[in-house]
Amino acid sequence: MDILNGLVVFLNFVFIPAAAYGAQLALGALGVTLIYGILRFSNFAHGDTMAFGTAIVILLTWGLQALGVSIFPLPTALLALPLAIALTALLVLGTDRAVYRFYRKQKAAPIIFVMASVGVMFVMNGLTRLLIGVNEQRFDDGARFLIDVRTFREMTGLAEGLALRSTQALTVVLAFAVMVALFWFLNRTRSGKAMRAYSDNEDLALLSGIDPERVVRLTWIIAAGLMVIAGTLYGLDKSFRPFNYFQILLPIFAAAIVGGLGNPLGAIAGGFLVAFSEVAVTYPWVRVVGYIAPWYDPGQGNLMQLLGTEYKFAVSFVILIVVLLFKPTGLFRGKSV
Amino acid sequence: MATNRQAAASSPWRAPIVLAILAVLFVLEGTVRNGMFSGSWNTALAILNMGLISAIVALGVNMQWGYAGLFNVGVVGFLAVGGLAPVLVSLPPVEGAWDAGGPRLILSLLVGLGVLAAAKIVYTRWRKGWLVALVLIAGFFLFRHLFDPAVVAIEANNPARHGNIGGLGMPILTSWLVGGLFAAAAAWAIGKVALGLRSDYLAIATLGIGEIIVAVLRNEEWLARGVMNVTSIPRPVAYEIDLQRNPDFAEFAAGWGLPVAEASGIWVKLSYMSLFLVVLLAIMLLAELALKSPWGRMMRAIRDNETAAEAMGKNVTGRHLQVFILGSAVIGIAGAMMVTLDGLLAPTSYNPLRYTFLIWVMVIVGGSGNNWGAVLGAVLIWFLWIKAEVWGPALIGLLTGPMADGPLKAHLLESAPHMRFIAMGAVLLLVLRFAPRGLVPER
Repeated sequence: MDILNGLVVFLNFVFIPAAAYGAQLALGALGVTLIYGILRFSNFAHGDTMAFGTAIVILLTWGLQALGVSIFPLPTALLALPLAIALTALLVLGTDRAVYRFYRKQKAAPIIFVMASVGVMFVMNGLTRLLIGVNEQRFDDGARFLIDVRTFREMTGLAEGLALRSTQALTVVLAFAVMVALFWFLNRTRSGKAMRAYSDNEDLALLSGIDPERVVRLTWIIAAGLMVIAGTLYGLDKSFRPFNYFQILLPIFAAAIVGGLGNPLGAIAGGFLVAFSEVAVTYPWVRVVGYIAPWYDPGQGNLMQLLGTEYKFAVSFVILIVVLLFKPTGLFRGKSV
Repeated sequence: MATNRQAAASSPWRAPIVLAILAVLFVLEGTVRNGMFSGSWNTALAILNMGLISAIVALGVNMQWGYAGLFNVGVVGFLAVGGLAPVLVSLPPVEGAWDAGGPRLILSLLVGLGVLAAAKIVYTRWRKGWLVALVLIAGFFLFRHLFDPAVVAIEANNPARHGNIGGLGMPILTSWLVGGLFAAAAAWAIGKVALGLRSDYLAIATLGIGEIIVAVLRNEEWLARGVMNVTSIPRPVAYEIDLQRNPDFAEFAAGWGLPVAEASGIWVKLSYMSLFLVVLLAIMLLAELALKSPWGRMMRAIRDNETAAEAMGKNVTGRHLQVFILGSAVIGIAGAMMVTLDGLLAPTSYNPLRYTFLIWVMVIVGGSGNNWGAVLGAVLIWFLWIKAEVWGPALIGLLTGPMADGPLKAHLLESAPHMRFIAMGAVLLLVLRFAPRGLVPER
C-alpha cells in the first residue's frame, strides 16, 4: 500500500505536471528547431510571439464566451485556435517579409538575424502589452478535472489522491496529435520533403527546383501554428502572463539544443528531458520517500528538495551548459557546429 | 563576420552634431517647462546621470559586439552582479552575521568551487562521464551540507533589519572596481563554455546566465536580502539634507537665486555627474587606445574574417574570451555605479527588456564599433526612452482627440506607455536595416 501511495504522490506531483510541461516545451522547441533548420538562426522572438498568439486566443475566447459559445467539457480556447493561428501566421509572414527576407537576400551572418529577431521580440512584446496588458489572465473554462482527488481516493481507497486536470490531459493529447501530424507532413508530403531537403542542403535543394521562398513561408506558417498551440496550452495549464513567455525562452532553447538544433525528433526528446529534470530537481521528495522508505528519517524541516523552485531555470541552464561542453551538436545529430 | 563594416568614409562632423543635439535637448529639459519638457534641472541631470551610466554599459557592449562581433544577451545579469559589489564591499558589517555562519559559508563556497575543479581534473585525466557525475553529485551534497545551516544561521540574525552577511565597510568607490571583477568572473565562466561554438550559442548561454544571476539576487537573502532590498548604500557624494543645513551652502544657493532644496539636489547630481564623467572618460581613453593599438587591429581583423585571422596564427577563441571578459567587466563597473547612484539594490528591478535590450538599441543606433557612437547613442536613447513615457500618452491623446469616448479610446490611452517597446523595437529594426553603421559609424 505504501509503495502505491508513494507512486501516486510521484505521479501526481512529478510525472503528470512534467509530462504536460514537457509537451509544451517540446512544441516550443519544435518551432525553434524548424526555424533554425530552414532559416538558420535562433529565433529570440519565439517566446514573445507565443505570447502574442496566446493573447489573440484569449481575446477570441472572451468574445466566444460573451456570445455564449462553448464546447463543454473542452475549453473554449480550442475553438479560437484556428483563427488565432491564421492571424499569427499572417503576422509572422509579414515580419519575415519586412525584416528577415532582406537579410536572407544579403546572405547576412546568422548573428545579424539573431539581432533582428531581438528587435522583432521588442515589437511583439509591445504588441502583446498593447493587446492585453502585462497582468495575469485566466481563460480556462470547461471541465477542470478528469480525475479529482476525492473521486480517486474513493475509487482506490488509497490515502493519497491523484488529480488529473483536463488541461494537462488536453496538453499531452493535443501535443501528441500535433507532433504526429507534423512528422507525417515532413516525411510524407512533397512540401515536407522539400523542407527537409532545403534544411539538409540549400544549394542542392535549389538545384532540384525547390522554391526557397515557398519553403520559408511554409516554415513560418507551421512555426506560427506550433507557437500558438504551445502558448495556449501553456497558458491554459499555468495561466497567462506575458513575462513568463519571455522566460520560457531559455528552457525552449535548452530543449532544442539538447536534442540537436534543426532536428525535430531531438526537440521533442529535449523538451521532455528538460521538463522532467526541472520538475524532478525542484520537487520536495520528502513525501515520496516517506512512503517508499519509511525507515529513513530525513529530519525535521528537511524537504529533500535539491533546488528551490525559484531556480527552475537554472536546471535548463545547467543542461544547456553540459550539452555545450560535451556534445555541442546535441544528443541527436543536429546541424554541425 | 561576413559583412565588412569598414565601408565608405562618413562625415567627421557626425559625432559633434549628435553631441550638439543632445546638449540642446538637455538644456531644453532643464529650462523650458511645457507639455514636452519638465523645465527642471534636477530632472534633466537625473536623466543625464543615468544616461552616463548607460553610456558605460554601452561601451562594454560595444567592446564585445563592435570589436569582436560577440552577441551578449545577458547584459542585465552582468549589471546585476556588478551591483552586488557595493552591498558586499561598502556596507558596514552586520553585527553577528559573520559569527553566525561566515566561515562555514566561505568554506562551503570554496568546497563548491573545489568540486567543480575536481570534476574538471577528473574529466581531463580519465574522460569518464560517470566518474565526473559521481564527483559532482557527491560534491553537491557536501556543498549543501555545509551551505544550508550557514545560510539558516545568517538569515536568522536580526531578520527584520539585516538577515544578510553584510559588507566590509570599505569606501564605496572601491566597490566599483570589485563590481567589474565580479562581472569579469561571471564572464570568464560563461565564455569558457560558450565561446568557440556556433555564434548563437553565446547569445543563448548569456541569456541564461543573465536570468540566473538575477534569480540568485532575488532569492539568496543571506547575500543581499533578496526581494527585501538593501537600502542606505553609502554615497560617494554629499547628502542633500547636510547641504541644506549648511549655512555656507544656503548663501551659495542664494547667490545663484535658487531655493536651497533645489540647489542641494542639483549639487548632488552634479557631483555624481562629475564622478561618472571621470569614469566614462577613463574607460573611453583606454578603449580608444586599445582599439588603435595592434591589439585593436587584430580584434577587428578577427571580427571581419575569423578564418583569415586564424590562418595568420591568431587564437580566435582566446581573443574572444579576452574581449568578452573586458567588456563584461565594464558592464559590471556600471552596475556598481548604478546601485551607488540609486542608493539601493532592488533585485526585482532588473528587467531584461529594460537593461539588456535597451542597451542593444543604444549600441546599434549609436554606431557599433565606434566608442563615441555607443556613448552618444546611449545618452540619446536613454533621454528618448524616459521622455517617451511622457510623450507617448500625449501623442496618443492628441491622435485620439477626435475619437468618441468609448472603450477603444480608453484602452488606447491606457496602453500608451507600452508604445515605447514597439517604438524601440522599430528603431532597432530600422537602423539595423537602413543604417547598419549607426549614427556615428566606425572609422
